[in-house]
Amino acid sequence: MEVFAQQLINGLTLGSIYGLIAIGYTMVFGIIGMINFAHGDVFMLSAFIALIAFLILTSFLGIASVVVALILVMIIAMALTALWGWSIERIAYRPLRGSFRLAPLISAIGVSIFLSNFVQVVQGARNKPTPPMMREVIVLFERNGYAVALSYRQIVIMVTTAVLLAGFWYLVQHTPLGRAQRACEQDRKMAALLGIDVDRTISLTFVLGAALAAVAGTLYLLYYGVVSFSDGFVPGVKAFTAAVLGGIGSLPGAVLGGLIIGLVETFWSAYFSIEYKDVAAFSILAIVLIFMPSGILGRPEVEKV
Amino acid sequence: MSAATPLPADRPAFAATGRTPLLSVRGVKTFYGNIIALKGVDLDVNEGEIVTLIGANGAGKSTLMMTIFGNPRAREGSITYAGRDITRMPTHEIARLNLAQSPEGRRIFPRMTVYENLQMGAAVNGGAHFAQDLERVCALFPRLKERLHQRGGTMSGGEQQMLAIARALMSRPRLLLLDEPSLGLAPLVVKQIFSVIKDLNERDGMTVFLVEQNAYHALKLAHRGYVMVTGTITMSGTGRQLLDDPSVKAAYLEGGRH
Repeated sequence: MEVFAQQLINGLTLGSIYGLIAIGYTMVFGIIGMINFAHGDVFMLSAFIALIAFLILTSFLGIASVVVALILVMIIAMALTALWGWSIERIAYRPLRGSFRLAPLISAIGVSIFLSNFVQVVQGARNKPTPPMMREVIVLFERNGYAVALSYRQIVIMVTTAVLLAGFWYLVQHTPLGRAQRACEQDRKMAALLGIDVDRTISLTFVLGAALAAVAGTLYLLYYGVVSFSDGFVPGVKAFTAAVLGGIGSLPGAVLGGLIIGLVETFWSAYFSIEYKDVAAFSILAIVLIFMPSGILGRPEVEKV
Repeated sequence: MSAATPLPADRPAFAATGRTPLLSVRGVKTFYGNIIALKGVDLDVNEGEIVTLIGANGAGKSTLMMTIFGNPRAREGSITYAGRDITRMPTHEIARLNLAQSPEGRRIFPRMTVYENLQMGAAVNGGAHFAQDLERVCALFPRLKERLHQRGGTMSGGEQQMLAIARALMSRPRLLLLDEPSLGLAPLVVKQIFSVIKDLNERDGMTVFLVEQNAYHALKLAHRGYVMVTGTITMSGTGRQLLDDPSVKAAYLEGGRH
């Protein structure tokens, strides 16, 4: 019971991070039907931006409050990563729009390789640690010498994720920008006929996806305390799996998928073997897709014409 | 090709002679890849008119509608709207010039509600006077009012057509382009839609450019008409003239009074 409760907390934390990354995959897929393979590396890059921003703020500018520093770091990371996301779309994907379907996919793999190598060259290949922060934990209950703890960091991660998702959901469902995005998703040609600048809407989608990846990157750094140039790949693949599991194209699906993958992974590690946690996560994907080919919350393609 | 006759005798609802047309298409050629779809089209729509373009399947009517909006773009010729050359303008900028289109196949956003579809129609004016316009289109199509929160994709063909027209009206267009609004609809619904078009023109002074296969109804409604055959305008005249023309009768009207 104690182990279960603790793993539940850990799983939800990890799942939140996956969910934030998964949204970027799902949104881009929704609007241009492309898997943005570079998204995991954008996430990794944002963790580095967050690290550098954190060090500058605390060491050089002498900001003592961790909370203030974290908020500033998150804003800086979101802004700079968004700029990266915008540039990547502009340079690597937009010129290929209207080309054959695989072209942007190959381009995305290229961007992914570029980003991880770029970070390796400028930051070095070793793990970069952050100074320890927010070490405090709240002990929820203790039994048989096993304490179930909820750390401040975990609270920050889960609360930030929940707040951002709510905000993001509102944006997509109830603002003109969100409507324009959904319109482009469903019928780009018609959206243009109604005066929507499709290219601009696609750019904004990349910007939003990158900004959410930056939040995930900052939280990842806060949680694990280290980041390396190769950290984009595995979380990226997991988040992509989460997006497919939840039903690619669906925002709540991405989050749900993220939480499921996070939970499966942590529980498997706790009760079975940690070496096979990835196998467990991907097996869940395979099993779900057999019975629900369009994912848990994905829409089956039946529509009245 | 007979010369375009300016004023019809039987429908004196407009007086556009001598003025520059609201929409003018000159020598427009459009290609799909290397295949020519429009072979040099000339056509005018004057302020306050209903002009119809009739022709068989595949004649290039819808291509012309889309070419006016720059997608596909005309490879030769020019398109002028309200005195501005729009031939090379991006589609979304053309849409912001007070002309709206209800395109072929309706193209409702299937996973948006009726209300959201109408909001999209009002996107060009940022939703100013949205409530007022919503009320207006709901008065024109009461059926939509009952279905405001239903998803577009779950509605019947007739309802979707009404929504497509209503959506186009939400931008308060000066010129309304309608592509086959009667396609696949029950005769009663067709009648209703045509009477709405007539009202919009007579009461609100809206200029309408109507592409139709249903030549009989379209010509009866329109002030002027053009006939298109494989990418060329072969005939033009007032609605009455074309209705009485033996070749139009033979090709588009016989047995077609549906």
